[in-house]
Amino acid sequence: MILIWLIAILMIGGLLAWLFSLRNHLLARWTALIALIIDFVLVLNIWIQGNSIGFNEWIENVKIPWIESFGISFHLAMDGLSLLMVLLTVFLGILSVLTSWKEITERVGFFHFNLMWILAGIVGVFLAMDLFLFYFFWEVMLIPMYFLIGIWGHENRIYAAIKFFIFTQASGLLMLLAILGLYFVHHSQTGVYTYDYFDLLGTAIAPGIAKWLMFGFLIAFIVKLPAVPVHNWLPDAHTEAPTAGSVILAGLLLKTGAYGLLRFVLPLFPQAAIDFAPWGMFLGVLGILYGAKLAFAQTDLKRLVAYTSVSHMGFVMLGVFAFNELALQGVVVQMIAHGLSTGALFILVGQLYERIHTRDLNRMGGLWEKVPRMGGVGMFFALASLGLPGLANFVAEFLILLGTYQANIVAAIFASLGLVAATVYSLRIVQRVFHGNQVEEWTLPDLNIRESLIMGSMIVILVWIGLYPQNVIDTAKPTINKVQQKIKSVKEQSVLSQYLSPWTVDDDSKLEQGR
Amino acid sequence: MTVSDLYTLSPFITIAAAPIVIMLVISIYRNHLVTAILTMVSFIVASFFAYDVSAIVPWTIGDLLIIDQYALFYLGLIFSASFVITLLSYGYLKGREGNLEEYYLLLLTATLGSSVLVASNHFITLFLGLEVLSVSLYALIAYVRTGEQGIEAGIKYLILAAASSAFLLFGIALLYAQLGTMQFDELARRLPTSNATSILVMTGFSLLVVGVGFKLAVVPFHMWTPDVYEGAPAPVTAYIASVSKGGMFALLLRFFLVVDGYSYTSLLLIFSIIAIASMFIGNFLALMQNNVKRILAYSSIAHLGYLLVAFIAGGNMAVEAATFYLVAYFITTIGSFGIVGILSDKETEADNVEDYRGLFWRRPWIAAVFTGMLLSLAGIPLTAGFVGKFYVLSAGVGSTLWLLVVMLVVNSAIGLYYYIRIIVVMYSEREKAAEAAPSVPSFALGGGIILAVLLLLLIWFGVFPAGIMDVIKSMALSLG
Repeated sequence: MILIWLIAILMIGGLLAWLFSLRNHLLARWTALIALIIDFVLVLNIWIQGNSIGFNEWIENVKIPWIESFGISFHLAMDGLSLLMVLLTVFLGILSVLTSWKEITERVGFFHFNLMWILAGIVGVFLAMDLFLFYFFWEVMLIPMYFLIGIWGHENRIYAAIKFFIFTQASGLLMLLAILGLYFVHHSQTGVYTYDYFDLLGTAIAPGIAKWLMFGFLIAFIVKLPAVPVHNWLPDAHTEAPTAGSVILAGLLLKTGAYGLLRFVLPLFPQAAIDFAPWGMFLGVLGILYGAKLAFAQTDLKRLVAYTSVSHMGFVMLGVFAFNELALQGVVVQMIAHGLSTGALFILVGQLYERIHTRDLNRMGGLWEKVPRMGGVGMFFALASLGLPGLANFVAEFLILLGTYQANIVAAIFASLGLVAATVYSLRIVQRVFHGNQVEEWTLPDLNIRESLIMGSMIVILVWIGLYPQNVIDTAKPTINKVQQKIKSVKEQSVLSQYLSPWTVDDDSKLEQGR
Repeated sequence: MTVSDLYTLSPFITIAAAPIVIMLVISIYRNHLVTAILTMVSFIVASFFAYDVSAIVPWTIGDLLIIDQYALFYLGLIFSASFVITLLSYGYLKGREGNLEEYYLLLLTATLGSSVLVASNHFITLFLGLEVLSVSLYALIAYVRTGEQGIEAGIKYLILAAASSAFLLFGIALLYAQLGTMQFDELARRLPTSNATSILVMTGFSLLVVGVGFKLAVVPFHMWTPDVYEGAPAPVTAYIASVSKGGMFALLLRFFLVVDGYSYTSLLLIFSIIAIASMFIGNFLALMQNNVKRILAYSSIAHLGYLLVAFIAGGNMAVEAATFYLVAYFITTIGSFGIVGILSDKETEADNVEDYRGLFWRRPWIAAVFTGMLLSLAGIPLTAGFVGKFYVLSAGVGSTLWLLVVMLVVNSAIGLYYYIRIIVVMYSEREKAAEAAPSVPSFALGGGIILAVLLLLLIWFGVFPAGIMDVIKSMALSLG
């Protein structure tokens, strides 16, 4: 039941915030904040309890029939991976409300309504164990996100919002097709109509069909992730969105893509995923390098940060298709670390924008003297972004590279070049914004208590995970192991069948050589 | 004709008698409100009878009509839609010049035609129903005669509808010449024994497709749609888009199932081509419009294309999917045109996209309802349109119509753009110049309530579709 409450609290909180804002804007902000804090406490409680007993089973599992004639149920379940993701969602949600405290002054109620419903949709995506329900939540979060960008965004917001919407919707529809395909394949084998994840897991699909179905899912996820050829919507959406929107986009929406890969693509279509792996890794490496290159070339600070996301998500893509435990664990840590560090960078950009009303790097410079606290914080997150040892991002990228090295050495070599590139663009941020000569004579206030609180909490978590990632790793371990076992067994089977079958070309030629 | 016959006919009799009664009432006491209320009462009474009759169905009346679950479901749908449209029409017409009362007579006769269609089991009733519907629509489209557009639209519709009826009649004649019957069941019996692929039969079927295609406004018989939609008063447009098309589609579905049209691959091919063409042409042309009514007109062409995908899938699933889609489509179309009507005033129709700029900040409730309707048309979750699209896709994938299904998906993506465009405009800032003179259109309380109800239904069917799906399922079983 608690899982339903997690979503319901957010939705109700959003509605109430809208309602209250008719009276008082401040009340709306507090309502949203309190709803999020309640959620956060609930999830944290689950985590603390789970930490003491371990995470081997599904922590919570609720299944209520919904549209029975189609075999659709309202099925939510939480395991370690979902738990971490939900925790991240709610945490970043709190920060988003806090960063918007002064930034959003118009239509406050509607803003918080949208914000809360996006979060509800994201939590739903992380918890849904019915494919119809998953798709449902997947789409539910789009509309409020669209409004968030389209109403409170910057100059070019409408273009960005429409682009974002069409990219994600179109790819989502392909996923819907794949879901339907899977549904009918399952029915043709078992005679049961169901969208339940656990039932569909066991479906044996003919390789040809599996490939197409996997592509349906894959496209939806790599558009969200985003991987390089379909990353096009991201820079625009991130740049034009209000700060809270950027935080949610970078911190959470992108993670739904990564989560989808881990939760659906690998377990449902292991063989097809193995076949796709070289391409997946190639796309990952491409994303890392291309994203970094583009990030370096930007003069718009927000756009720069947006492109670093493309680069960082390349690591996720790489790690997912490396298939071993190290890499997959790295992916989980990367999801959290990137959510926090990039979220923080976007918040920083937002805070700067509130003060100097520009995102143009050429007009900044020498700000360290004016706002030393902000400079220090900016330095910290830039270092986090480049993967400084001792911070969470380092753990993540190191694990991914280590895992990739076992799977594909060439990919690992090229991917590690990405770390160098990350150093370049991250330090460029610090240098262009905070060092050098002052281009314009700004007089600025430094971080206030609210802003310091936001930044401070993120710094603490990044350091904590950087120094002691074990809590996160332990939590995600059962999920990761299951995924990895599945892939492994399929791999072994295919190897085995190759040896056992006397009719394969290789064996024939060996026989001939023997004669 | 027995008492039971008369009893099962009671919904039709009600709708047929109502115009006569109301005509007499008008001659004694001419009053807009009274006429509208009487019209609504007759729709309620007819729906009540339709519900009451459901205990003794299926019931055939001679060779001509068949009253079964399927017919009754569609009757209910048509009556409720007409009821809503009457309410919206009242708000729309109130305060206009000229005699307004006869409008409702025409609405009733049109509804009679449409309801005969959904129950018809014979080419004669098909044709009669169609003509009663069409003739009433000619007048309805041109009813508001303050501008030229209405009359132009009426004449356009008149000429094209008459031509398409001629095609239809010729098709019927050809089939009759070959098979010697006009009754659907009898046709189904004789078709396989006769040389089914003979030129006469195929030509007959093709001509039928022309006639039906015109009413459904699918490509290439769609030319009239944008002009008529634009020229007609908003509630009449809603009526054409929903009741008129719905009745025709119900008939097509029944006819195809009874005569087993699914065994003729060439016919299915024709319908597939029509479906794909409708989707693409409808969506692409909608992209280029600046007039909300025209956008909705082209989008309705595309939606009929989607609907045909479900139709082509065949089997019970087709009936279920198409019916659910139609229900969702009825709600959204009536809702959107209702909003256009509510925003229009005596002088101008609010059909330019720019008229909607900043609507959300001026009249948030109307904008919210319109947003809901548009999102439903786009097939976004939490709305009935999503479940409808999902149903259609399921039907398509279930029958492995991959090409059609992929086309549907591609088109949904294209369609998003113009729905969103309207939404964007509604939520963007209003220009300062326009702020000066806010028009105060007629806005009846009834219209507001009905829009709220439509929105609630839309969300209800989107979130808890199980209830209505069960009703549709049992109805589909009765047909199959």
